Amino acid sequence: MGEIFVVVEHRKGEIREITFEMLFKARELCQTSSHNLTAILLGGKNSGFVDDLAKWADRVIAFEDNRLEIFNADLYKEILDRLIREHTPFLTLMGHTSWGMDLAPALSIRTGLPLATDCVDIQTEDGRPMVFRQIYSGKLFSKVSFKESPGYLITVRPGAFLPPDDVEESQGKVVRQELPAGLTEPKKEFIEFVDTGAGDIDIAQAELLVSIGRGVGEEENIATIRELADLMGATLSCSRPVVDKNWLPKFHQVGTSGKSVKPKVYLAFGISGAFQHVAGITGAGTVIAINKDRKAPIFRVADYGIADDLFKIADSLKEKLGNG
Amino acid sequence: MNIIVCIKRVPLTQEVDLEVDELKKGVKKDALAYVINDWDNYAVEEAVLLQEKFGGTVTAITIGDEDDEEILRRALAMGADKSIRIEPGERELDGFVISKILAKTIRDLEYDLILTGVQADDDNAAMVGTMLAEELGLSHAAVVTGMEPEGSDAIIRVELEGGMDEVSKIKLPSLLTIQTGINEPRYVSIMGIRKARKKELVVINVEDLGLSEDDLAQRTMIEEVFLPPETEGAEMIEGDPSSVASQIIQIIKEKGVSI
Ligand SMILES: Cc1cc2nc3c(=O)[nH]c(=O)nc-3n(C[C@H](O)[C@H](O)[C@H](O)COP(=O)(O)OP(=O)(O)OC[C@H]3O[C@@H](n4cnc5c(N)ncnc54)[C@H](O)[C@@H]3O)c2cc1C
Ligand SMILES: Cc1cc2nc3c(=O)[nH]c(=O)nc-3n(C[C@H](O)[C@H](O)[C@H](O)COP(=O)(O)OP(=O)(O)OC[C@H]3O[C@@H](n4cnc5c(N)ncnc54)[C@H](O)[C@@H]3O)c2cc1C
Repeated sequence: MGEIFVVVEHRKGEIREITFEMLFKARELCQTSSHNLTAILLGGKNSGFVDDLAKWADRVIAFEDNRLEIFNADLYKEILDRLIREHTPFLTLMGHTSWGMDLAPALSIRTGLPLATDCVDIQTEDGRPMVFRQIYSGKLFSKVSFKESPGYLITVRPGAFLPPDDVEESQGKVVRQELPAGLTEPKKEFIEFVDTGAGDIDIAQAELLVSIGRGVGEEENIATIRELADLMGATLSCSRPVVDKNWLPKFHQVGTSGKSVKPKVYLAFGISGAFQHVAGITGAGTVIAINKDRKAPIFRVADYGIADDLFKIADSLKEKLGNG
Repeated sequence: MNIIVCIKRVPLTQEVDLEVDELKKGVKKDALAYVINDWDNYAVEEAVLLQEKFGGTVTAITIGDEDDEEILRRALAMGADKSIRIEPGERELDGFVISKILAKTIRDLEYDLILTGVQADDDNAAMVGTMLAEELGLSHAAVVTGMEPEGSDAIIRVELEGGMDEVSKIKLPSLLTIQTGINEPRYVSIMGIRKARKKELVVINVEDLGLSEDDLAQRTMIEEVFLPPETEGAEMIEGDPSSVASQIIQIIKEKGVSI
């Protein structure tokens, strides 16, 4: 019987959702393969997280020290490396988040354990993990196996394993540990957090969003969709490439690195449906997607789909609304 | 400031019906058009901007076949000084092996900074960057949206989830994985690419790097590639644009939004 480690992700005094998603999935894996579930907390002094975590795991190993309050890949990977060597967990799960992308690949090299990233499902076959990932931005899936190893590292896609509201509580044992002596001086030093989402309008408050993606093609074309939004009394939002190209300011951006929105209706024009975008519209009532690629992943999450040129549909909408 | 930038050539797959190949391990690639990975385009631009400001050289590196030299020439046209292509032959590569090959190639070069993209647009692994950093014992940060050198350090911005950046100070030499939007990549003309043919492009065979078989052994294997399961997708609205528009308006009104 082995162990599954879940590395707790937290920011500004709160445990991030991805942590509970990983704990939920890990618990399911533990039930089918009789492993023990251990949450690994590297947090600030008196983080206040331990009790919450104990409800989800068989055990919480907690390092609480002010040097760990804010994620630092240098410190985290050194401590995790030692911990993994000591306990040889079968699996170590981390989030496929900004921090996970920084930490997990480096930890894989440090520990010598194989890594699969951005996994949307995890199974075990003959005592080895088998994971599922999406490639080509979700147009295809792949099933990935690992070279045999004492343990395996996996990063988990946010939103892939949503725990239900009524998860049965555990009473995990809490093991507090001191930071090991002789840690290397980190090469990175935190300065500050900066809010980048604020702006003239708050798309999170809108009832109706007309959202544009890279499919809009050129900056000049934005005007025509803006006209449509105005005619509808809708708020304009967009996917990331539109902001990257400076066609619209950042506060219009929907997605993991932008805003989560909750309109009654979300109209997506020329957006392919990458998970980082779709994660921002899970709270939308109804999603209508217009995309000329019938195989675009957005059609797997939308309620209604139109496989056509976005400009044709926009023009027809304008005609009807203009005359109405 | 001497900078190395790692780049990958990827297929354009939007608006393409991808087909799984006979072995079910990848996609049929013959009909696909290729470009430089979007994230890497931003990384090249960032390298060139830093070089224009602080001097030094920019070296672009890719692991790939002869066709992939196209993106090296593109990087040279953008302002890189030299380029290296590593020929992998028939070897199967995963992110681990790629990072081993890159590390071995880069180890003896002079550099203050290595840039990669956050992720490649095809396999979306987001792993090569900080694996390479750890191989070389460098400081690192992922998803970087800003970088300003300051003596032997750099002030960097890392993008977190939810409209939040983290500003920190990092020791050089360092490896940063570059996020889209960090700059505005310059336009590259065909003329520019032609002129760049005069710049250095070195080809190294992976077998000549002296890596062990263990270093070249994949840690993860693609067992199967398949089309997404047919789950309940969107209800498709068919018809001419005018009738589609009427139906959209009706749905919006039904959902309680007045337009
Ligand atoms: C760390 C990280 C964070 C990220 N955060 C976000 C985020 O917060 N928000 C976000 O959106 N993305 C985010 N991304 C980027 C994300 O992975 C995708 O690259 C992005 O969402 C793609 O945007 P898109 O759908 O507009 O463009 P594309 O993927 O290029 O899709 C364009 C679509 O338009 C369609 N199209 C083209 N022309 C037409 C036409 N005339 N009519 C109809 N359809 C047309 C095409 O078929 C295609 O499906 C993030 C990525 C990373 C790595
Ligand atoms: C020639 C070739 C053969 C392959 N064969 C197999 C196979 O047999 N089995 C299998 O499982 N997978 C194979 N792959 C895919 C491989 O798994 C992925 O390329 C690998 O896991 C890295 O993931 P990624 O491409 O998503 O890179 P990411 O980790 O997402 O890339 C991040 C960054 O790393 C750098 N980078 C990535 N790739 C390269 C490169 N080739 N050269 C220079 N810099 C790079 C870029 O800066 C990029 O932005 C192959 C890839 C290539 C290029």
